[in-house]
Amino acid sequence: MTTLKQTPLNAAHRAMGAKMVDFGGWDMPVNYGSQIDEHHQVRKDCGMFDVCHMRVVDAKGAGVRAFLRYLLANNADKITIPGKALYSAMLRPNGGVIDDLIIYFMTEQWFRIVVNAGTADKDIAWMKEQAATHAPGLTITSRDDLAMVAIQGPNARAKVWQVLPQTKAATENLVNFQAADCGEYFVARTGYTGEDGFEVMLPKTKVEEFWYALNKAGVPPIGLGARDTLRLEAGMNLYGQDMDESVGPLESGLAWTVDLKSERDFIGKAALLANPPTKKLAGLVLLDRGVLRGHQKVVTQHGDGEITSGTFSPTLEKSIALARIPNAVQVGDTVQVEIRDKLLNAKVVKYPFARNGKGLI
Amino acid sequence: MSNPSNLKYTASHEWVKVEADGTISVGITQHAQELLGDMVFVEAPEIGRALKAKEESAVVESVKAAADVYAPVSGTVTAANGDLDASPESINSDPYGAWIFKMKPDNAADVAALLDVAAYQAVVDSEAH
Repeated sequence: MTTLKQTPLNAAHRAMGAKMVDFGGWDMPVNYGSQIDEHHQVRKDCGMFDVCHMRVVDAKGAGVRAFLRYLLANNADKITIPGKALYSAMLRPNGGVIDDLIIYFMTEQWFRIVVNAGTADKDIAWMKEQAATHAPGLTITSRDDLAMVAIQGPNARAKVWQVLPQTKAATENLVNFQAADCGEYFVARTGYTGEDGFEVMLPKTKVEEFWYALNKAGVPPIGLGARDTLRLEAGMNLYGQDMDESVGPLESGLAWTVDLKSERDFIGKAALLANPPTKKLAGLVLLDRGVLRGHQKVVTQHGDGEITSGTFSPTLEKSIALARIPNAVQVGDTVQVEIRDKLLNAKVVKYPFARNGKGLI
Repeated sequence: MSNPSNLKYTASHEWVKVEADGTISVGITQHAQELLGDMVFVEAPEIGRALKAKEESAVVESVKAAADVYAPVSGTVTAANGDLDASPESINSDPYGAWIFKMKPDNAADVAALLDVAAYQAVVDSEAH
């Protein structure tokens, strides 16, 4: 048995009664009690998530913007206000998705990048390899000294200001998808729940104290179970499930992040132009009784597809899913999902399914 | 919550209650519901279906995962708990009250041979290590 990696909050999770699971090699809390209660807590009030397993990477040096413009499928030129963030896929030359990530423009010498836990090592290796060829003066640094906590929900920002009053002046005017560097605390108005809130990056040595201070201020911990139902309701992809290196961004619901029209060249662009997708990611709502799950087969009149993520939506009280299905299937169509040898009816819908405390279906 | 001593158990975490008419009620244990988490869907076997011992009979689904419920003994399904359609979460709040299906065992002796509470507790304890 291999030893699971631990975040600096491992002892705190256990002290708070978490049920711990192996999440991609990390010993992480899946829930602290009822996962459904945790989900509603975030939609209606606020909760905090340990996201220390995700990796912060700093790209620094002259020409960092030009490098990111070539490295990423989304256009780094879209972010010009300091602190502004951009969501992007990072592609292989064949168009496969290496990872999805967020970049923050801080200065023309410094962009901060946040990548997924399971892909961090290969991401950094790829960035360094590309930088060596295209921007040898840049430094790409994995910030293993930093921890990250997400505080999400309509009351999340107020709770953070209560605990970190010194950050309020710099963060109260942040727009959605913008961050402020407040010395030891890097506060970003981003998240993975479809609710307002912050993601706070801070020294690992301070994260346990921050976690307990938030809890004392009335912010309960939320496990990975609710994190998954919240992000799926919000229509946000999960790397490794909804996309990976075997598929491109256009068949993963990420066309809105890929800029194919401008003159700008980027890694993977030629492959995307040469291979228009025949499938797309769509939302499904189950009409019959049951629960949609990843890898279930979707039968449509235009051919088969597959569910990439499925769950029970606590907000809608119905089962929902993201599925990769033929392009010709339209919103409003009824399709069949094969569950334990039965074909159950599901409706194709436009997602997100829920955001900002409300169901959207 | 301790496991009731008047019930029989299986190593696959079903509980079995012998009813006055000789049928048995089957549910999942406190340990099983705790592992699965919030229940959102229960699919009971069809009434009249003949089951073999250890055959997949019902399916319980939590937000997290689907799990099979196995027939504790061979027999015929006589009833399904329709209340669980509307409130599957009663498996979480009252695991020993929320029976999933009833069956008429082929042999009463098979039921008597299932685990008693002490033997079942030993199974749970061994999984914790």
